[in-house]
Amino acid sequence: MTKLNTKTNISSPDDFYADLIAAHEGLSKAESDAYNARLILLLANHIGERKILAEALEAARAHP
Amino acid sequence: MSKIFETPLYPYQRSADQDAPAPARHPVIVIGAGPIGLAAAIDLAQHDIPVIVLDDNDKVSWGSRAICYAKRPLEILDRLGCGDEFVDKGVVWNLGKVFFDERKIYEFDLLPEEGHKRPAFVNLQQYHFEEYLMHRVVALQEEGKKLEVRGMNRVAGIEEQGETVLVTIDTPEGSYRLECDWLIACDGATSPARKMLNMDFIGRVFEDNFLIADVIMEADFPTERWFWFDPPFNRNQSALLHKQPDHVWRIDLQLGWNIDKDEEKKPENVIPRLKAMLGEDAKFELEWVSIYTFQCRRMEKFRHGRVLFAGDSAHQVSPFGARGANSGLQDTDNLIWKLKLVIDGVAPEGLLDSYDYERILGADENIMNSSRSTDFITPKSDVSRTFRNAVLDLAERFEFARPLVNSGRLSIPSVYDGSPLNGADDDDLPPRTRPGAPIVDAPVGDTWLTDLIGNRFQLVGINTEVPASLDVDGVRVEGMRISSAEDSDGHLQKRYLGAEDQAVYLFRPDQHVAARWIDYSENAVRAALDTATGRA
Repeated sequence: MTKLNTKTNISSPDDFYADLIAAHEGLSKAESDAYNARLILLLANHIGERKILAEALEAARAHP
Repeated sequence: MSKIFETPLYPYQRSADQDAPAPARHPVIVIGAGPIGLAAAIDLAQHDIPVIVLDDNDKVSWGSRAICYAKRPLEILDRLGCGDEFVDKGVVWNLGKVFFDERKIYEFDLLPEEGHKRPAFVNLQQYHFEEYLMHRVVALQEEGKKLEVRGMNRVAGIEEQGETVLVTIDTPEGSYRLECDWLIACDGATSPARKMLNMDFIGRVFEDNFLIADVIMEADFPTERWFWFDPPFNRNQSALLHKQPDHVWRIDLQLGWNIDKDEEKKPENVIPRLKAMLGEDAKFELEWVSIYTFQCRRMEKFRHGRVLFAGDSAHQVSPFGARGANSGLQDTDNLIWKLKLVIDGVAPEGLLDSYDYERILGADENIMNSSRSTDFITPKSDVSRTFRNAVLDLAERFEFARPLVNSGRLSIPSVYDGSPLNGADDDDLPPRTRPGAPIVDAPVGDTWLTDLIGNRFQLVGINTEVPASLDVDGVRVEGMRISSAEDSDGHLQKRYLGAEDQAVYLFRPDQHVAARWIDYSENAVRAALDTATGRA
């Protein structure tokens, strides 16, 4: 596990996506931003490995 | 009652040099009788190098200023012969609390590692520190060392002429000139010496101001470091409360950028702020107030021919993390033994270039850590603030987020990895004590390793014989055998041997590891010593 997994990995993708959007329901823009930040930090800690996190930071950049 | 920082400690006295027909020559002149200048002078005197310290003032530091000292600087002070007075007076602390908005989000215990003579941190006002250094200066003078501190001697000009540095000095009785072989500028962040020599000082200015106040109060706040992010009494800013000896408390309040410094410093504006923080009924006396705008920057090089910069004159960091005076002490710790060998003619001048390598590495580490703390405490963008607050929110509920909270990363000494002075290493020995690393203390019988080593090249055979002394082309190496069996807790074993049964370590005069082996070999030690003195 030393590479960022960019293949299909989430079971029931539609359900996850719906949960993600639902989590933001009723939040203001600022609250949503704060929520996203907390979520990123929680997920990043779960991954833990700096190398994978670095790959994710790179992969998340907007495609030119 | 007159306070220590109001009493002249080294009052102006006319020197015979002022009446000399031609400028008197001294081996070393130090500019600045602050903590770093005095430490440099004490170190030089201990090495029997005559030294003159010039200061434009005659008193110790005004106000507490640098207050927090880490273990490594305390070990350096031990080597300089003034550790006990410092630690006996200082406040030892281990517990920190972090607040966000109105609530405490967590607390931490530094849990200092066992098996060290000195604690992880001690708080002490800078004026006491300078006072204790002056006690040591006087003790050395009484031993006959040529060490002089000249108060009210302001350096007005510096001229480099080949192997001579010519210094012009203003005094209350007019100017005079001195010549020296080496000039050490410890004249602080605003270093007039740096300006006189037209040297750069580049880096990043942080757009922020901090109100720094010392208050005297009989309060039952515990001996802890309290840090607030966005507290009700200082909205959108930070605050810090830290205890010093003599019921003096240090309070730092972040003020933001657009403020009127002179207005903010007035007691009628400071006191309401402090009451909001400490409570309306808190009884306190304001001892000292200052407003601090900090910067993170350093000179491109700390050595300029025969002029050497040390401490804040060479590098400046934010106050979070005890990295100012602490790193300055590590500068002179690094510099003075090298200068001694060069002055004695047993090492080439090029040895001093390793001062640049090693202490620029230290300065860059400090600047990086200090900048990161500052970016966390004072987020520079909306998204940075969002993440900062997310970390603080999560830290209250989840342990994982606490190491991300950055209210100042407390100073730990640099390992001089990649230094040209590093000699042989053996990978089977623990990485922590690799060449370039500072000594890691450990109990040895009824004393400490840090008390056995320093001020000379020291060969240590752990569970193995080494010669009692060795002369390597004019540089003396002392040898000593110690036994890991004497330390029943196994600290020495763990820190210096790992899985091995024995090892040989060569320490530099500043207690950093120069080289290490499993088995002793005279040729290997000679080669390592040549490398460590810039002769290889």
